[in-house]
Amino acid sequence: MKYMDEYRDPAAAEAWLKAIRGLVTRPWTIMEVCGGQTHAIVKYGLDELLPSQVQLLHGPGCPVCVTPLEKIDRAIALASRPDVIFCSFGDMLRVPGTDRDLLSVKASGGDVRIVYSPLDAVEVARRNPDRQVVFFAVGFETTAPGNAMAVHQAKMTGVRNFSILVSHVLVPPALEAILGSPTCRVQGFLAAGHVCAVMGYREYEPIAERYKVPIVVTGFEPLDILQGVYLCVKQLEEGRAEVENQYARVVSADGNRPAQSVVSEVFEVVNRSWRGIGEIGASGLGLREAFADLDAERRFDLSAVGPRPEPAECISGLVLQGRKKPNECPAFGIRCTPERPLGATMVSSEGACAAYYRHRRKAEG
Amino acid sequence: MCLAVPGRIVSLTGDDPVTRMAKVSFGGVLKEVSLAFLPEAQVDEYVIVHAGFALSRIDEHEARQLFEDLKQLAGDDLADAELGGDQEPMP
Amino acid sequence: MKDELALSCPVPAGRYEQVLMAHGGGGRLMHQLLERVFLSAFSNPALDTGHDAAVLDVGSSRIAFTTDSYVVRPLFFPGGTIGTLAVNGTVNDLAMAGARPLGLSAGFIIEEGLPIETLERVVASMQGAAKEAGVAIVTGDTKVVDRGKGDGIFINTAGVGLVEHGLRIAPAAVQAGDAVILSGDVGRHGMAIMAVREGLQFESAIESDCAPLSGPVLDLIGAGVEVHCLRDLTRGGLASALNEIAAGAGVGIAIDERQVPVREDVRGACEILGFDPLYVANEGRFVVFVAGRDRGRAVEVLRRHASCEAAVTIGHVAAGDPGLVTLRSLIGSTRILDMLSGEQLPRIC
Repeated sequence: MKYMDEYRDPAAAEAWLKAIRGLVTRPWTIMEVCGGQTHAIVKYGLDELLPSQVQLLHGPGCPVCVTPLEKIDRAIALASRPDVIFCSFGDMLRVPGTDRDLLSVKASGGDVRIVYSPLDAVEVARRNPDRQVVFFAVGFETTAPGNAMAVHQAKMTGVRNFSILVSHVLVPPALEAILGSPTCRVQGFLAAGHVCAVMGYREYEPIAERYKVPIVVTGFEPLDILQGVYLCVKQLEEGRAEVENQYARVVSADGNRPAQSVVSEVFEVVNRSWRGIGEIGASGLGLREAFADLDAERRFDLSAVGPRPEPAECISGLVLQGRKKPNECPAFGIRCTPERPLGATMVSSEGACAAYYRHRRKAEG
Repeated sequence: MCLAVPGRIVSLTGDDPVTRMAKVSFGGVLKEVSLAFLPEAQVDEYVIVHAGFALSRIDEHEARQLFEDLKQLAGDDLADAELGGDQEPMP
Repeated sequence: MKDELALSCPVPAGRYEQVLMAHGGGGRLMHQLLERVFLSAFSNPALDTGHDAAVLDVGSSRIAFTTDSYVVRPLFFPGGTIGTLAVNGTVNDLAMAGARPLGLSAGFIIEEGLPIETLERVVASMQGAAKEAGVAIVTGDTKVVDRGKGDGIFINTAGVGLVEHGLRIAPAAVQAGDAVILSGDVGRHGMAIMAVREGLQFESAIESDCAPLSGPVLDLIGAGVEVHCLRDLTRGGLASALNEIAAGAGVGIAIDERQVPVREDVRGACEILGFDPLYVANEGRFVVFVAGRDRGRAVEVLRRHASCEAAVTIGHVAAGDPGLVTLRSLIGSTRILDMLSGEQLPRIC
């Protein structure tokens, strides 16, 4: 496939690795923000190929991992209602709530449907006018425009039985939360290319400057990630801290204006809880008052489902902030495995703990 | 966090900028995609698609840049053929 | 059921007290269910070999015996029907024991209201598949259930076959140095079904790989190839089949991802949905483990069959790492190829 296969070329990968090896003189810790990048790093074994001085930490950029327990429980409560068709992206179905997950709700007779696009959920609502259709609107800045457009279209075309359960999160506040921690180990970031495709990268410039940290907007193919690491290490070695754009074939400085405009029409910035991390100020999106009638949390009485504590033993919050490595957790691989996870980071295929778990098995084998 | 895949626009439907759709080919598999955020996209252009929406056009020149950068770095060690030089030409 | 897609994403297994769809996905959850409920209750030497078909001694002969049920949606898809799946699936389970299929049974559970014309089309497709596979449907059963209690048609087929060779074909026969041969490109059946469900279209026709495999397998044995183990790639795909054999044989398996053929459009469909083709279901593909020295001949024999013309050696059995399947990735690194946990779900991240 064009624009994929050429970025998976082994000879070019080796050339980038050689360039990185020739550049690095001391240890550096770099966080890839996005779960999609974590996925590629694990799938292609990039962390194994990098010189040992370059350590990659897996960031909080997995919507499956950071959606708070309370929202999962609310999703489960909604999906259990007989009058509701609950639509979700596939990977949210397996995230554990307090007692169970959406897969279990489906097995118990709940009408839970996987959709590829939020517009598909609006279409489900059009075709089922006598049922309530709720879409689980999760994700980062990349997913927000599509979800906003679904809300916009439902409102404009009078689809009254459609609503969304919102758990949108934003990247820059999370980076600042990580950098602001006194135990922060991150020295450079690979920023999430597809988030920047929507938002551009100007909002990262003040962060790079304030925290003296290089931020390289990076794509998702193996060569993208290797070049991103190269650019980041180069800045670190040279003592620079700038925003650079590795993914210029997709990302421009200003991003996608029409997408930004529908997001700001439908959503406003709100405080948001991140699973395992806690509340981060101004780190999420919620529906504006003009669209409040499409907010599932207002349409349905969910007062019985309040905040829930995370399992006490789980350190996923520290892992998501790069403050602990998964294998520094006493439960890791013993009481917490992909088959019996304590936290979401052990569930998602992009979750840092699940990625580490597989890696560790390799090391032991 | 965001799975988005490059594909080529093979046809367009609709005139309304908000409901305009494209049929996009991903290595030979076709999917209807909203062009609400890329109203100017044209047939044969490559776009990045996430959850049913085209988010960005792919810049051909920038797409080559990674390999140009690498050639600069690696000097004469690497022949064109090793660095994706055998890929199909850009349209 | 043979249609569910399978996946690398770790579903938390073992914490469910009711049956989920993922329990039928061919992955770790399904294996846990089999062990907890069925193997513990039914345990006996024939069952415990963990093979697709049981091999039983009958007088001086050995017969292979197997059964499978089919609940695919849609009933008709490019390249096949629920009926062709039901015939080929059972023929292939017999083939994986190296047996020549003798006869099949067919049991139908039909939902009230199904057009008889639909049933006729399914049955005609079964007869066509049986003829192609060189086997007859010799007995059957029909039940009708209330509307809403079924999904059109469910079909169960059972089959018996004659084992005419003296080879021991089982995971336990696999040994270090064996070559791992794959009979063709992977992921086509699963994505042909998924395309119908997800509204994907293919520019060029994509058809399920659904096909009978007894011909190629009997030819391998007839050519004197030292066959150690056979496994058809159904739910859970190539990755799950290799993991089952690695675990059953107590060996390590190393494969090279670059050698595994995947059609470009199948790969495209997988990229969109976030699937890994190595975990996607097939219905006419198998892996065969042969003595290393027989590798070239085995590939040559397989390629004479239209259903196996892309047969290729994808790896070998290693002495170390018992139970572990490792994959050399496209860019040359090595990673674990894990068994999927539940079923593949389309992902956004």
